Amino acid sequence: MIVAEQKPLEEIRRMIVPYEKILIVGCGTCMTVCGAGSEREASLLHSTLHLAQTRSGSNTHSFSEYTVKRQCDLEFLDVLVDKVKEVDAILSLGCGVGVQTLAERFPDTPVLPGVNTFFMGAAKEWGVWDERCAACGDCRLADTAGICPITRCTKGILNGPCAGTKNGKCEANKDMDCSWILIYEQLERLGQLEKMRRYYPPRNFRTIPRPRRLVTKAEISPGGSNG
Amino acid sequence: MAKSLFEEKLNSGKFIVTVEIGPPKGADILEMVHHIELLKGRVDAINVTDHQSSVMRFPSLGGCLLIKDHGGEPILQMTTRDRNRLALQADLLLAFSRDIRNVLCLTGDSVDVGDHKEAKPVFDLDSIQLIRMIRTMESGKDLAGNDLKGAPEFCIGASVHPAADFIEPQIIKFDKKVAAGAQFFQTQGIFDLNALRRFMQYARQFNVKILAGIIVLTSAKMARYMNDNVPGMIVPQDIIDELAGVEKGKGLDKGIEIAVRSIKTIKEENLCHGVHIMAVGRESIVPDILEAVGLTSIHV
Repeated sequence: MIVAEQKPLEEIRRMIVPYEKILIVGCGTCMTVCGAGSEREASLLHSTLHLAQTRSGSNTHSFSEYTVKRQCDLEFLDVLVDKVKEVDAILSLGCGVGVQTLAERFPDTPVLPGVNTFFMGAAKEWGVWDERCAACGDCRLADTAGICPITRCTKGILNGPCAGTKNGKCEANKDMDCSWILIYEQLERLGQLEKMRRYYPPRNFRTIPRPRRLVTKAEISPGGSNG
Repeated sequence: MAKSLFEEKLNSGKFIVTVEIGPPKGADILEMVHHIELLKGRVDAINVTDHQSSVMRFPSLGGCLLIKDHGGEPILQMTTRDRNRLALQADLLLAFSRDIRNVLCLTGDSVDVGDHKEAKPVFDLDSIQLIRMIRTMESGKDLAGNDLKGAPEFCIGASVHPAADFIEPQIIKFDKKVAAGAQFFQTQGIFDLNALRRFMQYARQFNVKILAGIIVLTSAKMARYMNDNVPGMIVPQDIIDELAGVEKGKGLDKGIEIAVRSIKTIKEENLCHGVHIMAVGRESIVPDILEAVGLTSIHV
């Protein structure tokens, strides 16, 4: 899932300065699981912004809130049409995809990002998330015992550990496991160390010309723009 | 015919001495030129580091050009941290055209350990892919398969970490570097000569030259700092104790003594094919070390 963190309150307050009426939009999918933008966070942010404004002796902004099931899907945004008509700006608590989908759906209304989107990851424990997938478009986890060196090695190298690994940790961060040591140990457990002895050629970065588009339907409608 | 003067030395069977020069942080090259002048006639080749520890400095290629200007034999250290495959190939073409014929292929330290922590880490290739890319260029093709007008040739080196605390994955990497075409290895700094002995028992089966990395320490504090902050650095506790035991101001002398002792042992026991001295900012003391170990008769 996508993992994000709510922006600092001060940054959000600076962003909303030009706008009077603001609709805070939460997201019921990834942002709800990682706790950056669920219905609860939307409501909490609403109260916090209101309180901060009252404390500073101003009454400039008025806030409303709504949480959609999925901000990254146009069909889930129709419920917002009437609400958006009433406001000057949307403050999205969706990931970067959600923010842009809102901006595309409501081109006449400024959309502001309320969270910083970090990565695709998994929960290590409650409130602790680890990045697991770099969405490289060329998955090679079969060769690396289910541990991704592109994501989990700070250098993203493909042919084994660098010399900076010590005590099984990474030279960039002593708290971070060296993914190549993990890969070695796991390949050894599986009896597949020959996979590490193989040469892996340079990555094909053409698999990620940004922005990417994935078409999985059989017929492609012509004239679509990815810009 | 040998691809470089240094390759000729490697193949001569003599005990090889290389030394590392760290370029300046800034445009003032006077001290580096002084070090080049001091060392060029005393060692078989001079490495120039490529933003070592990810600290931005005068470039390795620029240092190697200066070494050529002053009649020395350079080893171009090339990491994949800062340049993608286009830039790396272009730099190699420039190096070859200016008669720089030795390359040490490295992945490079993480950007996080350096002084530009917000920089974009490139790592388009790793060290092994870099070695293979050079071999491809030697065949007259660039990495995309296009014909080159004039193919370069290089004597290729790589690094290895015989004292790593988990050696097996490093050995796999060493094997892959040998298979890719590395001809010589300059090891990470090594103090534990037993680790070097064990490694050489394995490495001797390959037709590659191993130069043991000798780091000159100046104090126990520096040793501890390097252990904590320099990627791949392992200074054993007995060496730290030895440095801690000397009176104030005598740390460098002790560091030189330790380096001399290591080199003597390596040479006398014929442990490996030579040494690579890294004096880390104290390049001017290298001639004293060479004299102390009786390696004064080298002339490039």
